[in-house]
Amino acid sequence: MSNKNVFFNPFSKSNPVLVQILGICSVLAVTAKLEPAIVMGLSVIAVLAFSNVIISLIRNTIPTNIRIIVQLVVVAGLVVIVSQLLEAYAYDVSKQLSVFIGLIITNCILMGRLEAFAMANRPWPSFLDGVGNGIGYSIILVITGFFRELLGSGTLLGYQVIPQCLYDAGYVNNGLMILPPMALIVVACIIWAQRSYNKDLQENQ
Amino acid sequence: MENLNLFIRSIFVDNMIFAYFLGMCSFLAVSKNVKTAFGLGIAVTFMLTITLPINYLLNTYVLSSGALVWLSPEFADIDLSFLSLIVFIAVIASMTQLVEMAVEKYAPALYASLGIFLPLIAVNCAILGGSLFMQQRDFTSVGTALCAGAGWGIGWLLAITAVAAVRERVAQYSNVPAPLRGVGIAFIITALMGIAFMSFLGIKI
Repeated sequence: MSNKNVFFNPFSKSNPVLVQILGICSVLAVTAKLEPAIVMGLSVIAVLAFSNVIISLIRNTIPTNIRIIVQLVVVAGLVVIVSQLLEAYAYDVSKQLSVFIGLIITNCILMGRLEAFAMANRPWPSFLDGVGNGIGYSIILVITGFFRELLGSGTLLGYQVIPQCLYDAGYVNNGLMILPPMALIVVACIIWAQRSYNKDLQENQ
Repeated sequence: MENLNLFIRSIFVDNMIFAYFLGMCSFLAVSKNVKTAFGLGIAVTFMLTITLPINYLLNTYVLSSGALVWLSPEFADIDLSFLSLIVFIAVIASMTQLVEMAVEKYAPALYASLGIFLPLIAVNCAILGGSLFMQQRDFTSVGTALCAGAGWGIGWLLAITAVAAVRERVAQYSNVPAPLRGVGIAFIITALMGIAFMSFLGIKI
Protein backbone atom coordinates (compact mmCIF):
# COMPACT_ATOMS: atom_id res chain seq x y z
CA MET A 1 0.00 0.00 0.00
CA SER A 2 1.47 3.36 -0.99
CA ASN A 3 1.90 6.13 1.53
CA LYS A 4 -0.83 8.10 -0.21
CA ASN A 5 -3.37 5.32 0.29
CA VAL A 6 -2.25 4.88 3.88
CA PHE A 7 -3.03 8.53 4.49
CA PHE A 8 -6.24 9.01 2.49
CA ASN A 9 -8.07 5.67 2.85
CA PRO A 10 -9.19 6.34 6.44
CA PHE A 11 -11.05 9.47 5.30
CA SER A 12 -13.87 7.45 3.80
CA LYS A 13 -13.19 3.94 2.48
CA SER A 14 -11.77 2.55 5.71
CA ASN A 15 -12.98 5.26 8.06
CA PRO A 16 -12.21 4.22 11.64
CA VAL A 17 -15.64 5.22 12.95
CA LEU A 18 -18.00 4.34 10.10
CA VAL A 19 -16.34 1.26 8.68
CA GLN A 20 -14.04 -0.19 11.35
CA ILE A 21 -16.52 0.82 14.12
CA LEU A 22 -13.77 1.91 16.49
CA GLY A 23 -13.79 4.74 19.00
CA ILE A 24 -17.55 5.17 19.07
CA CYS A 25 -17.74 6.15 22.75
CA SER A 26 -16.18 9.56 22.40
CA VAL A 27 -17.86 10.33 19.07
CA LEU A 28 -21.17 10.05 20.85
CA ALA A 29 -20.29 11.61 24.16
CA VAL A 30 -18.46 14.84 23.30
CA THR A 31 -20.43 16.02 20.28
CA ALA A 32 -23.27 17.96 21.90
CA LYS A 33 -21.32 21.13 20.99
CA LEU A 34 -18.89 21.77 18.14
CA GLU A 35 -15.98 23.20 20.15
CA PRO A 36 -15.27 20.19 22.41
CA ALA A 37 -15.67 17.98 19.34
CA ILE A 38 -12.88 19.87 17.54
CA VAL A 39 -10.58 19.84 20.58
CA MET A 40 -11.21 16.12 21.08
CA GLY A 41 -10.42 15.47 17.40
CA LEU A 42 -7.12 17.35 17.63
CA SER A 43 -6.12 15.51 20.83
CA VAL A 44 -6.82 12.14 19.25
CA ILE A 45 -4.84 13.05 16.10
CA ALA A 46 -1.84 14.04 18.24
CA VAL A 47 -1.94 10.98 20.53
CA LEU A 48 -2.56 8.57 17.65
CA ALA A 49 0.24 9.92 15.45
CA PHE A 50 2.87 9.97 18.18
CA SER A 51 1.95 6.64 19.76
CA ASN A 52 2.06 5.07 16.30
CA VAL A 53 5.57 6.46 15.75
CA ILE A 54 6.83 5.39 19.18
CA ILE A 55 5.43 1.86 18.96
CA SER A 56 6.73 1.56 15.40
CA LEU A 57 10.23 2.59 16.55
CA ILE A 58 10.36 0.01 19.34
CA ARG A 59 8.27 -2.66 17.59
CA ASN A 60 11.17 -5.08 17.22
CA THR A 61 12.10 -4.99 20.89
CA ILE A 62 8.65 -5.51 22.43
CA PRO A 63 8.08 -9.09 23.64
CA THR A 64 4.80 -10.33 22.14
CA ASN A 65 3.38 -11.48 25.48
CA ILE A 66 3.34 -8.06 27.10
CA ARG A 67 2.76 -5.90 24.03
CA ILE A 68 -0.72 -4.80 25.16
CA ILE A 69 0.67 -3.42 28.41
CA VAL A 70 3.56 -1.69 26.62
CA GLN A 71 1.11 -0.11 24.18
CA LEU A 72 -1.17 0.98 27.01
CA VAL A 73 1.71 2.60 28.88
CA VAL A 74 2.92 4.52 25.81
CA VAL A 75 -0.60 5.72 25.08
CA ALA A 76 -1.28 6.59 28.72
CA GLY A 77 1.92 8.66 28.89
CA LEU A 78 0.92 10.67 25.81
CA VAL A 79 -2.63 11.14 27.07
CA VAL A 80 -1.33 12.49 30.38
CA ILE A 81 0.70 15.09 28.46
CA VAL A 82 -2.31 16.09 26.35
CA SER A 83 -4.62 16.36 29.36
CA GLN A 84 -2.12 18.47 31.32
CA LEU A 85 -1.66 20.76 28.30
CA LEU A 86 -5.41 21.17 27.91
CA GLU A 87 -5.83 21.94 31.59
CA ALA A 88 -3.12 24.58 31.32
CA TYR A 89 -4.17 26.32 28.10
CA ALA A 90 -7.85 25.46 27.49
CA TYR A 91 -9.32 24.95 30.93
CA ASP A 92 -12.99 25.48 29.99
CA VAL A 93 -12.91 22.93 27.21
CA SER A 94 -11.03 20.41 29.35
CA LYS A 95 -13.77 20.82 32.00
CA GLN A 96 -16.44 20.10 29.37
CA LEU A 97 -14.58 17.04 28.10
CA SER A 98 -14.14 15.84 31.71
CA VAL A 99 -13.30 12.13 31.78
CA PHE A 100 -13.30 11.72 28.03
CA ILE A 101 -9.74 12.98 27.56
CA GLY A 102 -8.59 10.26 29.96
CA LEU A 103 -10.70 7.78 28.05
CA ILE A 104 -8.60 8.35 24.91
CA ILE A 105 -6.38 5.67 26.47
CA THR A 106 -9.03 3.05 25.95
CA ASN A 107 -10.20 4.50 22.66
CA CYS A 108 -10.27 1.41 20.48
CA ILE A 109 -8.89 3.35 17.50
CA LEU A 110 -5.55 3.59 19.27
CA MET A 111 -5.19 -0.06 20.18
CA GLY A 112 -6.62 -1.03 16.80
CA ARG A 113 -4.11 1.02 14.81
CA LEU A 114 -1.17 0.10 17.03
CA GLU A 115 -1.93 -3.60 16.70
CA ALA A 116 -2.88 -3.58 13.05
CA PHE A 117 -0.42 -1.08 11.62
CA ALA A 118 2.35 0.27 13.82
CA MET A 119 3.48 -3.18 15.00
CA ALA A 120 4.25 -4.14 11.40
CA ASN A 121 5.37 -0.97 9.66
CA ARG A 122 8.17 1.59 9.62
CA PRO A 123 7.83 4.89 11.54
CA TRP A 124 7.01 7.23 8.62
CA PRO A 125 4.07 5.21 7.19
CA SER A 126 2.91 4.67 10.78
CA PHE A 127 2.89 8.42 11.35
CA LEU A 128 0.84 8.95 8.17
CA ASP A 129 -1.53 6.17 9.20
CA GLY A 130 -1.95 7.77 12.62
CA VAL A 131 -2.66 11.22 11.23
CA GLY A 132 -4.95 9.81 8.52
CA ASN A 133 -7.03 7.79 10.96
CA GLY A 134 -7.10 10.68 13.40
CA ILE A 135 -8.47 12.96 10.68
CA GLY A 136 -10.98 10.33 9.57
CA TYR A 137 -12.19 10.16 13.17
CA SER A 138 -12.28 13.94 13.55
CA ILE A 139 -14.34 14.38 10.36
CA ILE A 140 -17.15 12.30 11.86
CA LEU A 141 -16.78 14.07 15.19
CA VAL A 142 -17.10 17.49 13.56
CA ILE A 143 -20.04 16.54 11.32
CA THR A 144 -21.94 15.12 14.29
CA GLY A 145 -21.06 18.10 16.49
CA PHE A 146 -22.09 20.53 13.72
CA PHE A 147 -25.58 19.10 13.29
CA ARG A 148 -26.19 18.58 17.00
CA GLU A 149 -25.18 22.11 17.95
CA LEU A 150 -26.93 23.75 14.98
CA LEU A 151 -30.25 21.95 15.44
CA GLY A 152 -30.06 21.61 19.20
CA SER A 153 -29.03 25.10 20.31
CA GLY A 154 -29.12 27.15 17.09
CA THR A 155 -25.48 28.14 17.59
CA LEU A 156 -22.10 27.18 16.11
CA LEU A 157 -18.97 27.42 18.28
CA GLY A 158 -21.11 29.47 20.67
CA TYR A 159 -22.20 32.10 18.09
CA GLN A 160 -25.89 32.47 17.27
CA VAL A 161 -26.42 31.24 13.71
CA ILE A 162 -30.17 30.90 13.40
CA PRO A 163 -31.52 34.47 13.18
CA GLN A 164 -33.86 35.86 15.81
CA CYS A 165 -36.62 36.52 13.25
CA LEU A 166 -37.01 32.77 12.74
CA TYR A 167 -37.58 32.31 16.47
CA ASP A 168 -40.11 35.16 16.38
CA ALA A 169 -41.86 33.34 13.56
CA GLY A 170 -42.29 30.29 15.80
CA TYR A 171 -39.11 28.22 15.20
CA VAL A 172 -37.92 26.31 18.28
CA ASN A 173 -34.62 24.56 18.95
CA ASN A 174 -34.90 20.81 18.95
CA GLY A 175 -33.92 20.07 22.56
CA LEU A 176 -33.78 16.35 21.79
CA MET A 177 -30.61 16.88 19.74
CA ILE A 178 -28.64 17.77 22.87
CA LEU A 179 -29.63 14.59 24.68
CA PRO A 180 -27.25 11.61 24.41
CA PRO A 181 -29.42 9.22 22.35
CA MET A 182 -29.65 11.61 19.39
CA ALA A 183 -25.88 11.30 18.85
CA LEU A 184 -26.50 7.67 17.95
CA ILE A 185 -29.21 8.63 15.46
CA VAL A 186 -26.99 11.28 13.82
CA VAL A 187 -24.13 8.79 13.43
CA ALA A 188 -26.57 6.20 12.09
CA CYS A 189 -27.68 8.74 9.45
CA ILE A 190 -24.03 9.37 8.48
CA ILE A 191 -23.52 5.61 8.16
CA TRP A 192 -26.68 5.39 6.06
CA ALA A 193 -25.50 8.15 3.72
CA GLN A 194 -22.00 6.73 3.38
CA ARG A 195 -23.14 3.18 2.74
CA SER A 196 -25.75 4.08 0.16
CA TYR A 197 -22.92 5.84 -1.70
CA ASN A 198 -20.34 3.08 -1.12
CA LYS A 199 -22.38 -0.02 -1.94
CA ASP A 200 -19.60 -2.54 -1.25
CA LEU A 201 -19.54 -1.62 2.45
CA GLN A 202 -23.10 -2.83 2.99
CA GLU A 203 -23.61 -5.85 5.25
CA ASN A 204 -26.03 -8.55 4.25
CA GLN A 205 -27.52 -10.11 7.34
CA MET B 1 -29.54 3.58 52.22
CA GLU B 2 -27.54 6.12 50.30
CA ASN B 3 -25.46 3.34 48.77
CA LEU B 4 -28.56 1.44 47.73
CA ASN B 5 -29.86 4.56 46.07
CA LEU B 6 -26.55 5.01 44.25
CA PHE B 7 -26.64 1.35 43.18
CA ILE B 8 -30.09 1.71 41.63
CA ARG B 9 -29.17 5.03 40.04
CA SER B 10 -26.03 3.50 38.53
CA ILE B 11 -28.06 0.75 36.91
CA PHE B 12 -30.87 2.79 35.43
CA VAL B 13 -30.14 6.53 35.37
CA ASP B 14 -26.36 6.75 34.98
CA ASN B 15 -26.34 3.72 32.72
CA MET B 16 -22.88 3.28 31.17
CA ILE B 17 -24.25 2.58 27.70
CA PHE B 18 -27.32 4.77 27.43
CA ALA B 19 -26.13 7.82 29.35
CA TYR B 20 -22.35 7.86 28.77
CA PHE B 21 -21.77 5.53 25.80
CA LEU B 22 -18.85 3.80 27.47
CA GLY B 23 -17.77 0.45 26.12
CA MET B 24 -19.62 1.01 22.85
CA CYS B 25 -16.98 -0.67 20.68
CA SER B 26 -17.27 -4.09 22.26
CA PHE B 27 -20.98 -3.43 22.81
CA LEU B 28 -21.58 -3.08 19.05
CA ALA B 29 -19.25 -5.90 18.11
CA VAL B 30 -20.65 -8.48 20.52
CA SER B 31 -24.36 -7.66 20.70
CA LYS B 32 -25.26 -9.85 17.72
CA ASN B 33 -26.50 -12.75 19.82
CA VAL B 34 -27.77 -12.96 23.36
CA LYS B 35 -25.51 -15.73 24.65
CA THR B 36 -22.15 -14.10 23.93
CA ALA B 37 -23.55 -10.71 24.90
CA PHE B 38 -24.49 -12.09 28.31
CA GLY B 39 -21.02 -13.61 28.74
CA LEU B 40 -19.28 -10.32 28.03
CA GLY B 41 -21.76 -8.52 30.28
CA ILE B 42 -20.89 -10.81 33.21
CA ALA B 43 -17.17 -10.30 32.60
CA VAL B 44 -17.56 -6.52 32.56
CA THR B 45 -19.69 -6.53 35.74
CA PHE B 46 -17.08 -8.65 37.47
CA MET B 47 -14.16 -6.38 36.48
CA LEU B 48 -16.00 -3.16 37.38
CA THR B 49 -16.90 -4.56 40.80
CA ILE B 50 -13.27 -5.50 41.49
CA THR B 51 -11.35 -2.57 40.01
CA LEU B 52 -13.48 0.27 41.36
CA PRO B 53 -12.79 -0.39 45.09
CA ILE B 54 -9.07 -1.04 44.37
CA ASN B 55 -8.73 2.19 42.42
CA TYR B 56 -10.69 3.99 45.12
CA LEU B 57 -8.19 2.87 47.77
CA LEU B 58 -5.24 3.84 45.56
CA ASN B 59 -6.80 7.20 44.84
CA THR B 60 -7.53 7.98 48.49
CA TYR B 61 -4.33 6.71 50.05
CA VAL B 62 -1.73 7.32 47.35
CA LEU B 63 -2.75 9.59 44.52
CA SER B 64 -4.90 12.49 45.59
CA SER B 65 -3.49 15.66 47.05
CA GLY B 66 -2.11 15.11 50.56
CA ALA B 67 -3.07 11.43 50.52
CA LEU B 68 0.36 10.25 51.62
CA VAL B 69 0.02 11.85 55.07
CA TRP B 70 -0.44 8.42 56.63
CA LEU B 71 3.19 7.62 55.73
CA SER B 72 4.70 10.74 57.20
CA PRO B 73 3.40 14.26 57.84
CA GLU B 74 6.07 15.69 55.52
CA PHE B 75 4.19 14.38 52.50
CA ALA B 76 1.15 16.60 53.16
CA ASP B 77 1.68 18.78 50.08
CA ILE B 78 2.43 16.05 47.57
CA ASP B 79 -0.16 15.73 44.79
CA LEU B 80 0.25 12.70 42.55
CA SER B 81 -3.11 12.98 40.80
CA PHE B 82 -1.46 13.52 37.41
CA LEU B 83 -0.37 9.89 37.65
CA SER B 84 -3.89 8.58 38.16
CA LEU B 85 -4.54 7.70 34.50
CA ILE B 86 -1.45 5.51 34.29
CA VAL B 87 -2.06 3.90 37.68
CA PHE B 88 -5.72 3.14 36.92
CA ILE B 89 -5.00 1.58 33.55
CA ALA B 90 -2.14 -0.45 35.02
CA VAL B 91 -4.43 -1.76 37.77
CA ILE B 92 -7.10 -2.64 35.23
CA ALA B 93 -4.70 -4.36 32.84
CA SER B 94 -3.03 -6.39 35.59
CA MET B 95 -6.33 -7.29 37.29
CA THR B 96 -7.60 -8.54 33.94
CA GLN B 97 -4.54 -10.72 33.59
CA LEU B 98 -4.85 -11.96 37.18
CA VAL B 99 -8.55 -12.72 36.94
CA GLU B 100 -7.97 -14.49 33.65
CA MET B 101 -5.37 -16.78 35.23
CA ALA B 102 -7.47 -17.40 38.35
CA VAL B 103 -10.59 -18.22 36.36
CA GLU B 104 -8.63 -20.51 34.07
CA LYS B 105 -7.26 -22.43 37.05
CA TYR B 106 -10.27 -22.66 39.36
CA ALA B 107 -13.30 -22.42 37.08
CA PRO B 108 -12.51 -23.98 33.71
CA ALA B 109 -16.18 -24.04 32.72
CA LEU B 110 -16.56 -20.32 33.27
CA TYR B 111 -13.25 -19.76 31.48
CA ALA B 112 -14.49 -21.66 28.46
CA SER B 113 -17.53 -19.41 28.19
CA LEU B 114 -15.78 -16.10 28.99
CA GLY B 115 -12.35 -16.99 27.56
CA ILE B 116 -12.13 -14.74 24.54
CA PHE B 117 -13.73 -11.77 26.26
CA LEU B 118 -11.51 -11.48 29.31
CA PRO B 119 -8.40 -10.02 27.60
CA LEU B 120 -10.58 -7.58 25.65
CA ILE B 121 -11.85 -6.07 28.84
CA ALA B 122 -8.59 -4.27 29.63
CA VAL B 123 -9.39 -1.86 26.81
CA ASN B 124 -13.11 -1.58 27.48
CA CYS B 125 -13.74 2.09 28.23
CA ALA B 126 -16.54 1.26 30.66
CA ILE B 127 -14.00 -0.06 33.18
CA LEU B 128 -11.60 2.89 33.02
CA GLY B 129 -14.59 5.23 32.78
CA GLY B 130 -15.95 3.84 36.05
CA SER B 131 -12.68 4.60 37.83
CA LEU B 132 -12.48 8.11 36.36
CA PHE B 133 -16.07 8.88 37.41
CA MET B 134 -15.21 7.58 40.88
CA GLN B 135 -12.32 10.06 41.07
CA GLN B 136 -14.34 12.93 39.64
CA ARG B 137 -17.31 12.48 41.97
CA ASP B 138 -15.33 12.23 45.22
CA PHE B 139 -16.88 9.04 46.55
CA THR B 140 -16.69 8.91 50.33
CA SER B 141 -16.05 5.24 51.13
CA VAL B 142 -15.06 1.88 49.68
CA GLY B 143 -18.67 0.73 50.04
CA THR B 144 -19.86 3.56 47.83
CA ALA B 145 -17.27 2.68 45.21
CA LEU B 146 -18.26 -0.98 45.37
CA CYS B 147 -21.98 -0.22 44.98
CA ALA B 148 -21.37 2.15 42.07
CA GLY B 149 -19.09 -0.37 40.37
CA ALA B 150 -21.56 -3.22 40.73
CA GLY B 151 -24.41 -0.97 39.61
CA TRP B 152 -22.61 0.25 36.49
CA GLY B 153 -21.63 -3.32 35.66
CA ILE B 154 -25.17 -4.64 36.00
CA GLY B 155 -26.46 -1.68 33.98
CA TRP B 156 -24.01 -2.53 31.20
CA LEU B 157 -25.06 -6.20 31.34
CA LEU B 158 -28.73 -5.21 31.16
CA ALA B 159 -28.12 -2.90 28.21
CA ILE B 160 -26.08 -5.31 26.11
CA THR B 161 -28.44 -8.24 26.73
CA ALA B 162 -31.53 -6.19 25.90
CA VAL B 163 -30.06 -4.76 22.71
CA ALA B 164 -28.70 -8.15 21.64
CA ALA B 165 -32.17 -9.67 22.01
CA VAL B 166 -33.69 -6.96 19.81
CA ARG B 167 -30.90 -7.26 17.23
CA GLU B 168 -31.40 -11.02 16.96
CA ARG B 169 -35.07 -10.53 16.14
CA VAL B 170 -34.42 -7.66 13.75
CA ALA B 171 -31.87 -9.70 11.82
CA GLN B 172 -34.34 -12.57 11.47
CA TYR B 173 -37.66 -10.97 10.78
CA SER B 174 -37.36 -7.46 9.43
CA ASN B 175 -36.49 -5.97 6.11
CA VAL B 176 -33.96 -3.28 7.03
CA PRO B 177 -32.85 -0.88 4.24
CA ALA B 178 -29.58 -2.26 2.85
CA PRO B 179 -27.25 0.60 3.90
CA LEU B 180 -28.49 0.42 7.49
CA ARG B 181 -28.06 -3.34 7.93
CA GLY B 182 -25.76 -4.44 10.71
CA VAL B 183 -24.20 -1.51 12.49
CA GLY B 184 -26.58 1.23 11.35
CA ILE B 185 -29.70 -0.38 12.75
CA ALA B 186 -27.80 -1.32 15.94
CA PHE B 187 -27.15 2.39 16.52
CA ILE B 188 -30.81 3.22 16.06
CA ILE B 189 -31.97 0.39 18.35
CA THR B 190 -29.56 1.60 21.04
CA ALA B 191 -30.77 5.18 20.63
CA LEU B 192 -34.43 4.20 20.99
CA MET B 193 -33.65 2.12 24.05
CA GLY B 194 -31.66 5.04 25.47
CA ILE B 195 -34.67 7.31 25.05
CA ALA B 196 -36.77 4.70 26.84
CA PHE B 197 -34.25 4.57 29.70
CA MET B 198 -34.52 8.34 30.09
CA SER B 199 -37.89 7.76 31.72
CA PHE B 200 -35.95 6.54 34.78
CA LEU B 201 -34.53 10.06 35.30
CA GLY B 202 -35.11 11.31 38.82
CA ILE B 203 -35.75 7.86 40.29
CA LYS B 204 -35.30 7.83 44.08
CA ILE B 205 -35.69 5.22 46.76
